[in-house]
Order: sequence, then C-alpha cells, then structure tokens
Amino acid sequence: MTGLVDREHLLSSVEMAHFVSHGSILLESVVPEAMNARAIEVFDAGIPGYPYGTPLDEAFPVGTFVRELLDLPAVAGAVQSLVGPNPRIDHHAVHVRPPHGGEAQNMHGDAILDTRTDAFDVQLMYYPKDVTLEQGGTLSVPGTHLRKINQTGIGRYQNLAGQTRLVCPAGTVAFLHHGIWHGGRRNDSDQPRYMFKIRFNPTVRQLRLWNTDDIDDPQVLQELRAPFGWTSANEGRLELVNRAKLWRVLTGDQEFDIDYYLTREQLRPQFVAPGATDVRLGSNRSAGGWNY
Amino acid sequence: MTTTTTSVEAAFAAQPAQPNLRQQLLILYLGTSALDSNVIGWTRYDGTGRSRPTMGDSDEPPYATGLDALLDGWRLIQLSQLQPHQPGHEYDVSYLPYEFVFERLVDISA
Repeated sequence: MTGLVDREHLLSSVEMAHFVSHGSILLESVVPEAMNARAIEVFDAGIPGYPYGTPLDEAFPVGTFVRELLDLPAVAGAVQSLVGPNPRIDHHAVHVRPPHGGEAQNMHGDAILDTRTDAFDVQLMYYPKDVTLEQGGTLSVPGTHLRKINQTGIGRYQNLAGQTRLVCPAGTVAFLHHGIWHGGRRNDSDQPRYMFKIRFNPTVRQLRLWNTDDIDDPQVLQELRAPFGWTSANEGRLELVNRAKLWRVLTGDQEFDIDYYLTREQLRPQFVAPGATDVRLGSNRSAGGWNY
Repeated sequence: MTTTTTSVEAAFAAQPAQPNLRQQLLILYLGTSALDSNVIGWTRYDGTGRSRPTMGDSDEPPYATGLDALLDGWRLIQLSQLQPHQPGHEYDVSYLPYEFVFERLVDISA
C-alpha cells in the first residue's frame, strides 16, 4: 500500500471521470469471501483509534486485517488513483445498524463544509455482507459532492430526483468524494448491517494519479457530462462548470472544458484594435455637474 | 385604557379556534424559479402524526410540477427569494435555490 501500485490496478480515465461527475465509484465484490467472513469478528472486537492525519503505515500496520484489505490490488489501486501514494488516515469507524434498528438519518455532508477546490478527501466504505434494500443501505445523491453545504444544513431535503440506495453483494468497496450528500437508512431486516469506513487525506497534489492511457477516450467526456434527475433544469450547466474545474485540477490541463462555459469566460482580449485608437474620443471631459 | 395581561404560558395554552385541524407541509424544490417547472426534490412533514415521512422514503415526486400541487389543493405559503450571484462566485453551487413551501389543513377528527 505504501509502495506504488502496479499500473494495471489503477483506475482508468473513464473511471476517474465517473468519480468526478458522480462523486463515487463502486468496486463490487473485490474483497474475497474468506476475508468477508473474518471481517465481522474483527469489527466486533474493535479497531484501535489514532490521531487525525496518522500515516497509513502507523494506523494500519502490516499484519492487521485493515491493512490486508487496503493491500488488495483493486483497493490499493483505487486509493492511489484518487488520493495518491502514502495517504494519511483522517479517521475510521465501524457502523453497525442492528436488525429493525435505527432511524433514517437526515441528509447531510460529513464533517464540516470543506472549502477546498484543488484537493479532496476520499472515504472508503467496505461492506463485508450483502446489503439488501430492506437493510437500508446508505442513500446518496450522485453529483452533489461539489456543492458547498454545511453538514445537516440540507437536512430538510428528504428526496432528490436521481438519488440512489446502495444495494451490493458482500465484499463491495465504495469510494466517495468527501462532499457527497448522503444519509444512513433504517434497517428493516432481521440482519445487522455492517459498514467499515476510512477517510483518507492526500499527501501529494492530486495530479494524474490514475492510469491515463485512455485519456482521449470519448467515454471520458460522456462520463463527465452525466445528467441526474436533480440537475435536469437550471443547476445542470453549473454542475458541468464545476466538474470541468475539477478535471482541470486533476489533469493539469487549464484549457479543458466540457461545454464552452469556462472557455467563454476566459475570452477577455487585451489587444486594442487599430480602429479604436483615436485618443480624442471622450478623453478629457469630466461630468457636467448638477445644474451646470 | 387598562390592559389585563396573563402569563405567556397561559395565553399560549388557549384552545385554538379549530382544534381538530393539523397542518401538513409539502416542500418542493423546482428546477427553476417558475412554479410550473419540474420537481427535482420533495419533502413532507405530517402534523397529524399519522405518518412519519423521512429521508429517502420515495423515488418518485408526489407532483411533476409545483403548479400540479396547487391544482390538487395545496396552498403555497412561501417561495425562496432570488439571490444575486456574488461577484467572483457566480459558478459556485450550494443549497438548492428554488424552494416552495405548501400547506394544507387536515381534519384529524374525521
């Protein structure tokens, strides 16, 4: 995990573009069944805490279950693609929803309003057991991660067009942009629901960290343009602008645009055309004054 | 003229004019500031206590547009102001801007 991951395990440009537009990417059943079977015992026993920003090596030393999880090639590749090598561990948590337990949370963004536009944290969510609709997996709203809101300021948004409820097979790992709007749902099943979460902080500039071999694939632009129910009217173009800004950060390409919105804004020519050089035009007149 | 006052608690404990009525609220988030634009988000609160709407309780909006809610008898009691874009932050995105709050009064004795 702390060494560089083989290129073949990194995310592709199309997958990164999906992350930029949706605010998440899902790796279904990437954790082997044998590990999923051990996970519950490990989570029930508890995973030690540590200070914010602890290096990964210290938080999860080799030999621990979590380190084994993070060293799985697909998981390590996704982490390196999103936040780079040697990330720091912000915090972790095991969330358990008991059978027929809990109330639906109000919709929220985690932590506190995050002002960064040139970096982001990623949250890993690992589900060691199948998550069914009845178990009330996390509801999230794709595409909301770039909207600056504070915590549960969005608490009165109960439903948004395009929202999704996580339903996944055991061994699924989801990666979420820190800003995505979401909420835990009530567990209406007879089975407890387990989720293990780790928040990663980058320690390098998040520039071209993934496998960029497919950077010119037309599917990249298609992913970046992904529409959602709630972006169907006035908010849609603003979302495209913000995704284009993030893609500029990630690729280093300051001329990238999804539509023409950012490009048009930069059209501020300074060259004075020859026909406009008559300095006598309106040059030395002050305002007339009251009753002048 | 002398005015006799009572405690705030006593005044506010008085029976309402129509004690059998409760408020139901419907909050619609629309695609634009026009009431007849499409619903992109929706929320309900039930003052009757007979239901408990929560986050993620439905994937289809109760109405296609805000106007459809009016046609079905909901009364619009508030709509969001149109805020100018802050210079330098015109492209910034945050809370949903077009919020419409509706109510209807329901007879709980029925």
